[in-house]
Amino acid sequence: MSHHSEKQTPEELLARILGPGAPELSCEECFAQLDRYVELALADDRPDEQVPGMHAHLDGCPACAEDFHSLRDLVAIDGSGR
Amino acid sequence: MAAATMTMPTENQLESTARSAEDASQSWLRRLNATGHERDAAVAELHALLLKAARFEIGRRHDQVPHLRAGDHRDLAQQSADDALLAVLGKLDDFRGESRFTTWAYKFALLEASVKVRRQSWQGREVPLAEEAWATIADTAGSAGRGAEVAELLGAVREEIEAVLSDRQREVLVAVTLNDVPIDVLAERLQTTRGALYKTLHDARRKLRAALAARGFQFDAHRKGEP
Repeated sequence: MSHHSEKQTPEELLARILGPGAPELSCEECFAQLDRYVELALADDRPDEQVPGMHAHLDGCPACAEDFHSLRDLVAIDGSGR
Repeated sequence: MAAATMTMPTENQLESTARSAEDASQSWLRRLNATGHERDAAVAELHALLLKAARFEIGRRHDQVPHLRAGDHRDLAQQSADDALLAVLGKLDDFRGESRFTTWAYKFALLEASVKVRRQSWQGREVPLAEEAWATIADTAGSAGRGAEVAELLGAVREEIEAVLSDRQREVLVAVTLNDVPIDVLAERLQTTRGALYKTLHDARRKLRAALAARGFQFDAHRKGEP
């Protein structure tokens, strides 16, 4: 059994199995929009309005969500001049 | 005067920042589409940028590959940057200027590095069997504690996974959502792509939701807030 599954609550497990249940982008569309979405998110410029379906996809796809977090954190470090 | 007021950028400053980011992106494109020394220098600069991104990604995931030595990390970063460089140079025409060029380029290096780390971390490991997933569901349902509803829903989820999904849908859903197999790793084992597997997962989830709704279960797993 994976370490992840051992820690999650029943609600988290259900969300993981059943997914977001809302219209969402595909992995390819997510990758195409990821840079734009990250910059909108960092600028707090209504990313979910401007890239509909991205939030739901990131909730449903753990791999794309990890890529989002990495890009956001790297760009944030770049912007801070570190 | 409050510090926050003093540091707030004016509209002109914001416009100027956006303009300089756009100029920098255009400069990247111009130099990468040039010839001779100018292009060589730009390609070397781009490779250094991609290597930085690959090192960043491998550094934050290094606990996933504890068996790798420092030299292996360097090789993985170098391979990721090399592969990302080819991808970026092959897709320059796809850059639409909707973000900074560097943000756009970074995502290729992060993707190459994250996929390589996930595959390394699963090298030599078998994909867990469905039985382990049923144990996950049973353990989690048993810990529900707050009444029978959630446990009953989890029980129904297990039944419908077995009843309504195709073999392929069941295999993908169980591996990715219950046994935490990274989708890139599963894609490599099944000789397909992340996108194709996610489509299978999406269809499986839709079928499961419909079957549960037909049995009268209500749920809303869609979360607000940060992804």
